[in-house]
Amino acid sequence: MHPSHFLAVPLFALFASTVFGITMRDTPRRMFRYGAYCFALFVGSVVVFSWVMFLIAR
Amino acid sequence: MATTPNKPNAAGKPAAAKPSSQGFVYLPLIAGWLVPGAGHFIVRKPIRGALLAVSIISMFALGLAMQGKLYTSAQDILDMLGVAGDLGSGLLYFLSRAAGWGGTPVQTTVADYGTKFIVVAGLLNIIAAVDAHNLRTGRKS
Repeated sequence: MHPSHFLAVPLFALFASTVFGITMRDTPRRMFRYGAYCFALFVGSVVVFSWVMFLIAR
Repeated sequence: MATTPNKPNAAGKPAAAKPSSQGFVYLPLIAGWLVPGAGHFIVRKPIRGALLAVSIISMFALGLAMQGKLYTSAQDILDMLGVAGDLGSGLLYFLSRAAGWGGTPVQTTVADYGTKFIVVAGLLNIIAAVDAHNLRTGRKS
């Protein structure tokens, strides 16, 4: 299996966020919100740092 | 003094669920380490257990499918940390080693990602097992 570099990011973020959400919060609603927050931070930080590295490399 | 379950305590927060005094208190921790999600099934949280099992097993399987490396021996400190992370997956790690799965030398970037998927799956499984233990002891509801 050879996923693209960017496909690996949401896969990693999805699984890690699911575990973080379930283990770090008490109620289903708060678990979902925290999981979505972690997912957005994972993917968002990758996009931001990718652009930073692209601009540095130019 | 013990607090009554689900009644607000002095801090205004609901008290944690009362722990059951029956059975081996470390069973969810050990079962959760050996089989991802099993600890939550033991403490009767099947939906959480199923979601954790799917997430951790999928992550481990994707790591193997990407030809990620399974750490087998510790030559230096980074290898030791890799072995520790891999061991967090419990039976998944031992079964994979017995079956000879996983690429030994990392030759592509995707294979390096796969190695990280496997290590992180183990670390997430440890978090999940500790969470099951906290549910068992009543530290979390």
